[in-house]
Amino acid sequence: MEECLVEYFRTQMRTDPDMASAVAAIRTLLEFLRRDKGETILGLRESLKWATDCLTEVDSSVAVSSGGELFLRFISLTSLEHQDLSRCKKVMEERGELFLEKISLSRTKVAKLCHTFIKDGAKILTHSSSRVVLRVLEKAAAEKKRFTVYVTESQPDTAGKQMADALRRLNVPVTVVLDAAVGYVLEKVDLVIVGAEGVVESGGIINKIGTYQMAVCSKAHNKPFYVVAESFKFVRLYPLNQQDVPDRFKYKADTLRTVSDLSDEHPMIDYTPPSLITLLFTDLGVLTPSAVSDELIKLYL
Amino acid sequence: GTSVVVYMVPQYSSIHIAAVVVSMFSTIICGFLFLLVVKRLPEHVQVDDPAVVKRLAKKLERQQIPLRSDYGYKVSLFSHLHQYSRKAPLTQLLSIPSTVIHPSIVRLGLQYSQGIVAGSNARSVALLHAFKQVIRDYTTPPNEELSRDLVNKLKPYISFLNQCRPLSASMGNAIKYIKKEISNIPSQCKEEEAKTKLLTCIDRYIEEKIVLAAKAISKYAIEKISDGDVILVYGYSSLVNNILCEAFEKSRKFRVIVVDSRPRLEGREALRRLVQRGISCTYVLISALSYILPEVSKVFLGAHALLANGYVMSRVGTSQIALVARTYNVPVLVCCETYKFCERVQTDSFVSNELDDPDDLMVTRKGKTQLENWQDVSSLGLLNLVYDVTPPDFVDLVITDLGMIPCTSVPVVLRVKNLDQ
Repeated sequence: MEECLVEYFRTQMRTDPDMASAVAAIRTLLEFLRRDKGETILGLRESLKWATDCLTEVDSSVAVSSGGELFLRFISLTSLEHQDLSRCKKVMEERGELFLEKISLSRTKVAKLCHTFIKDGAKILTHSSSRVVLRVLEKAAAEKKRFTVYVTESQPDTAGKQMADALRRLNVPVTVVLDAAVGYVLEKVDLVIVGAEGVVESGGIINKIGTYQMAVCSKAHNKPFYVVAESFKFVRLYPLNQQDVPDRFKYKADTLRTVSDLSDEHPMIDYTPPSLITLLFTDLGVLTPSAVSDELIKLYL
Repeated sequence: GTSVVVYMVPQYSSIHIAAVVVSMFSTIICGFLFLLVVKRLPEHVQVDDPAVVKRLAKKLERQQIPLRSDYGYKVSLFSHLHQYSRKAPLTQLLSIPSTVIHPSIVRLGLQYSQGIVAGSNARSVALLHAFKQVIRDYTTPPNEELSRDLVNKLKPYISFLNQCRPLSASMGNAIKYIKKEISNIPSQCKEEEAKTKLLTCIDRYIEEKIVLAAKAISKYAIEKISDGDVILVYGYSSLVNNILCEAFEKSRKFRVIVVDSRPRLEGREALRRLVQRGISCTYVLISALSYILPEVSKVFLGAHALLANGYVMSRVGTSQIALVARTYNVPVLVCCETYKFCERVQTDSFVSNELDDPDDLMVTRKGKTQLENWQDVSSLGLLNLVYDVTPPDFVDLVITDLGMIPCTSVPVVLRVKNLDQ
């Protein structure tokens, strides 16, 4: 059962590389719901929770766990008072499909909100490879705006090079810089845009390692630091500092499984506190970091 | 309204005059309604205004409650607040047995003014227990309805308690709840039934808002305490003490630094209770704060009230701790139940505060009492502040029974609570 689930998830990720891992996870959960032969609503919820845990073991990013939890909440946030279990399941499946439809449009909504902040002649700095940032820059390029992009190389997986290739295909002038050169390059740029793997309750973000550094430097240079994220990435976590982020998000899933002593491993993500972020662009609108808690209360309560 | 009308009708005509007159009338009526709706400043922060003091004296005379007089020279910045002496409690001016005030309320007032019952939760619980006794002994007079008469009976008690010691935000919310419950009693309800209903309401309020809330807050707070932590606490907060004892029971390894300040020295009580449980503690005075902070990993603070603009009102010294902790990049966590959230907005510690007995600042060492004759020096004023407000930028996290929220989300919680009710 577990291998079937994981196989489906991996197939989804392979067929559409542009899809967010959280969207693939939600598609998998919807398929799991359809195939589930449970007898009770409570049993259904339990098995969905179990399925989400399985998927977080495959891909330990924050978005998968937050997306799964939000999916579960969205489909159960309706009256399930029908006598017939199959009718309840049908209602849940319909809501699941509605949820999936809403979030597949979320990237377009974010791009529509954000591209107006990129003025003609702007110099943008971004970190590592983010598909949402790519979509925003695509939209801005489609609106015939001229801008140049600096991308950090983002070790240890040099994901920044992929971002640079994608941007070159759009005919956007792009330069790859070292992670250590962020402070050097910041005086030339006008704004900083990064994606997020997770948006936490305080309004801060969890993103690829190196984001916190970039945020501190932009604050020192007084450059605006924008974050683009879809709403399914909002997670009920409240880290107080870097140490407070749970280990299950910091390292890749296979590292957590194989390595026993994590103090030798280097974390893949870091936490950026809300005081360093200017604005967050989400499909729920343009939010200040303090408004994120408001939206989270609405989403989760 | 007038300017819009002028723009739309450029010609000088009778329609124009009529429109101007109508718009003037509407602004006058709006202004009048605004004056009715806007809240007047409470009397206890307008002590330097003689008209307000006279109004208060008349009100107290009507309710047959003696007026407590201020004591000693007040520092000019705080001359708009009351300053009472503990040596002259209000009960000395009452004729005991008093016919107007219920004896349990008299006892409660004395306990407040002498500082025997202190601390936000303790005062609210004592108040609710005293009100339960009042309700038990209450009989509806003939031709009166319980829902209206009982509320009127409670008004002089509340004024009396206010004179003994200004009401706290939590007490204010508790009183609002009781008054609402009493006025919601249907008129056909029999007296015994109504009384039992009110008593169960009060018990449920205490159970839900204070006892169970403390359990929920401990559950969230324990997630934030990791092994090897050094936790700093200030003064004595019943909630923070509860959290630390529960965390210790769940075998978390941490040590505590208790910071204390004069003249109340409440930290000693906190220290005593923590050491009794077996938690290793350090005790410092607030002047050693910047010396001890490099060792600290987290700061846990209690709150007297959380204001609608995100400011935290707590014992004086709290904002200093939050400020120094912020400069050392130490996370500051405030623990507060939702019944202490209040709709007031305050940006400084001057406008609304409490002045305690200035004689408390006199200290006797080696047989000599410093400042013994401070009243004789005309230019000397002693200031014993009780509360201060901490801005939300110094607070990293607020733990409430609804979950962990940033300090700026207090209005959201107030909105959600109002929707629930």
